[in-house]
Amino acid sequence: MTIPSTSAEIEPLLHTMADEIRQQLGDKQPLLVGIHSGGVWIAKELARILGVDFFAAPLGTLNIAYYRDDFTRIGMHPQVTPSDLPFSVDNRHLLLVDDVLHSGRTVRAALNELFDYGRPASVTLAVLIERNGRELPLQADIIGQSITLSASQHIKLTNNNGLQLELQSNEDIYDQ
Amino acid sequence: MTNNQLTDSGQLRHFLTIEGLKKPLLTEIMDRAEQFSSISNRQVKKVPLLRGKTIMNLFFENSTRTRTTFELAAKRLSADVMSLNISTSATTKGESLLDTLHNLEAMHTDLFVVRHNQSGAAEFIAQHVAPHVSVINAGDGCHAHPTQAMLDMFTIRRHKQHFPDLSVAIVGDILHSRVARSQIQALATLGVGEIRVIGPKTLLPTNCQSLGVHVYHDMENGLADVDVVIMLRLQHERMQGALLPSAREYFNSYGLTEDKLQRAKPDAIVMHPGPINRGIEIASSVADGPQSVILEQVTHGIAIRMAVMSMALGAQSEQHETHS
Amino acid sequence: MKLHISNGHIIDPASQLDSQQDLFISDGRIVAMGDHANDFTPDQTIDASGLIVCPGLVDLNARLKESGQEHTATIESETFAAVKGGITTLCIPPDTDPVIDTPAVIELIEDRAKKANRTMVLTMGALTQNLQGELLSEMLALKEAGCIGISNGLNPIKNTLIQRRAMEYAATLGLTLFINAADPWLQSQGCVHEGTVSTRLGLGGIPEAAETIAVARDILLIEQTGVRAHFHCLSTSRAVAMIAEAQKKGLPITADVSAHHLHLSEHDIGNYDGFSHVLPPLRSTRDREQLQQAVRDGVISAICSNHQPLDNDAKLGPFSETTPGISGLETLLPLTMKLVDDDELTLQQAIASLTCNPAEILGIDAGQLKVGGKADICIFSPNSHNECQPQQFISAGKNSPFAGWLFNSEVLLTFFNGRVVYQKQ
Repeated sequence: MTIPSTSAEIEPLLHTMADEIRQQLGDKQPLLVGIHSGGVWIAKELARILGVDFFAAPLGTLNIAYYRDDFTRIGMHPQVTPSDLPFSVDNRHLLLVDDVLHSGRTVRAALNELFDYGRPASVTLAVLIERNGRELPLQADIIGQSITLSASQHIKLTNNNGLQLELQSNEDIYDQ
Repeated sequence: MTNNQLTDSGQLRHFLTIEGLKKPLLTEIMDRAEQFSSISNRQVKKVPLLRGKTIMNLFFENSTRTRTTFELAAKRLSADVMSLNISTSATTKGESLLDTLHNLEAMHTDLFVVRHNQSGAAEFIAQHVAPHVSVINAGDGCHAHPTQAMLDMFTIRRHKQHFPDLSVAIVGDILHSRVARSQIQALATLGVGEIRVIGPKTLLPTNCQSLGVHVYHDMENGLADVDVVIMLRLQHERMQGALLPSAREYFNSYGLTEDKLQRAKPDAIVMHPGPINRGIEIASSVADGPQSVILEQVTHGIAIRMAVMSMALGAQSEQHETHS
Repeated sequence: MKLHISNGHIIDPASQLDSQQDLFISDGRIVAMGDHANDFTPDQTIDASGLIVCPGLVDLNARLKESGQEHTATIESETFAAVKGGITTLCIPPDTDPVIDTPAVIELIEDRAKKANRTMVLTMGALTQNLQGELLSEMLALKEAGCIGISNGLNPIKNTLIQRRAMEYAATLGLTLFINAADPWLQSQGCVHEGTVSTRLGLGGIPEAAETIAVARDILLIEQTGVRAHFHCLSTSRAVAMIAEAQKKGLPITADVSAHHLHLSEHDIGNYDGFSHVLPPLRSTRDREQLQQAVRDGVISAICSNHQPLDNDAKLGPFSETTPGISGLETLLPLTMKLVDDDELTLQQAIASLTCNPAEILGIDAGQLKVGGKADICIFSPNSHNECQPQQFISAGKNSPFAGWLFNSEVLLTFFNGRVVYQKQ
């Protein structure tokens, strides 16, 4: 199994996702919501590929810092960009986008937050990378690519002059 | 003087006074408040950040408004919050104040919000709580009211660009005002160009200049070309003890009217920590006028208190982490 | 019991003695001084090499809390603390409970003091009945019962007419009036010096004028009535200047200062440190310097402990709700000697302000070492290095702001009437 890393390798995955989105939500005037920060980058790419009119409103962003379940252990994030949903979610079909689906805790927090804004008609989850290691009963509807990693490995999306995926292992992290 | 408000790594553990805090920390409080303020506009005005935390509002002195904003702030962060009004007659001795405190601590309180009519009470309580408990000063005697000062700074920042360019006048009973003391310290820390205080000598502390302010005894000169006018509440009991002859004379000399406000810059904003005494320190036409941001201050109070509460409780987590 | 104290460095400011000599004690009195005594066979010889031997200290102002507040401290506990501090004569103000305004109270206190039998305990009688500042006390009866002076304690007399008459009456009886000078109204609003610290901390201030106005009024009345007067615990440089002026005019006025006012200022309150809550309040650093200067100049001739033992709860609370006062008996000598170490006072000045000067103010035969005199003696080391630990105080009051201070002087032995009443273990 090859793991995509460069923009060139990511681009076809985005197109796969866009096709799937068109098929599933094409007639539903969906609203686009990205999870800060990787999910927002992917959402922007998807909006570019699908065209400005595909979504009914500008991109919404979610920052789940206030919904995390590890505040008691780690405390406050140094800097929090507030969530910004420039539309009402009530009775709308939402496309929720994140970069990597791993434990599922981020998506859990995002769903909690979304429901604090109102009652959407449906939420569809799209992720660039789906990997093993789920800790919650959650799954993605639209997936760029599924990969299998060891427990000590992490995959991270960066955005310096184009999107890139980086594979890190715990050992690397400790080295830093 | 050691600053026991901060953790070893400089995080806010207690919030007792502005004194001794550095500009980046004050800016951080305002930035966080900015982030939290959007929550109040949502359908569900609540985030689960402090779920499972217990916050105790200890009010040894009555204040419906301040207590309400602290309660709301706690609730918007999903903390469990209790408000206790404790009459000071029940705690005439320090011993029983500590008894009260330790009893509530035994109920696993994580954060105390304290208002007390004696200067230094919050400091005293902070010295005596267990290491995992935080204290926020909601006003102690004539000493400090740091969350009020921060919400005022936040309000000023929303309207004015650059603190160093500003001239700010604080008008009224500086001597007995914990709000004024904290405001002066916050304005100075944020680098405000000029801080003025205006009032009769009976209502100004001796050595007022030692606070780093310019002292005026009349509105005519004191308000000239200022960007921000902060009016202080005049307690009715000041008429006793020969501090002032009458409310009428006070209003004539120091009450903010449209006429007197003309001396300030045309875009000057008018602030007041509330609750306002109409016709004593401020005319209704000014309080309700276009330059007044008094109601905005109240709104911002919630976001500032959310910021401070989450920072103090977040610093606790950090301490746990580093000490375990 | 015959005692021989050998090789000590004897300091006796009354006789300007400052040399190495031996002391010979018999039957509670000093029988000889010098290198030897004829026909003297000591029961015990104490080697005082390297130690200072001086008269037992005389403290003009110490509250023992008995009678009235025995739960806080007792004559038994506090006289023990006194001798640990080298003090052999204590003078207690009349604000006990009941107030010292009848001979019965004096008898009670003297009785307890005799039982403790460690120090002389002298009483000040109340100037007015129950210290209420309205009716004169029976001063003659108090004098005959043994009062050393007369005072209204910490309750200043508001009514100038009554103050004048009380002075006149005391003058008639030849009693010395001891005054804690404070304008009651200016003092009532505050708990700290009115200045930068009160402004910063938002605490009620006691202006300098609270002291100067009272001192000015009383000096004028002293001049008019001719009463002999002594001011306790001055705190401001301006009051000191006024007293210096009055002394220059020849008025019969003396003054003391507490040891803590010579060391601390308003800034020591820091962040609401209740242990620094005292009355009169700690003033500015300039005031502190001028108080030291006044001791050098002799305007202030005595240093007192202003001892006020308090139980722990008294200091547990927001600053203004704490009880003012410092437990000072055990720090009086080390604090005064610290001024010698810091070159603020000469050794003679320091010891004089603790011994013969206060004795002279009281008009008693104490505070000096002389052949035929009472053997009340303090022997201390000027070179011991110890950290002040209030929790180790013998006094029932552990309330001291000097925790952690390093002291060079430490009392090793105290004699009262020729008997060892304290010996360092």
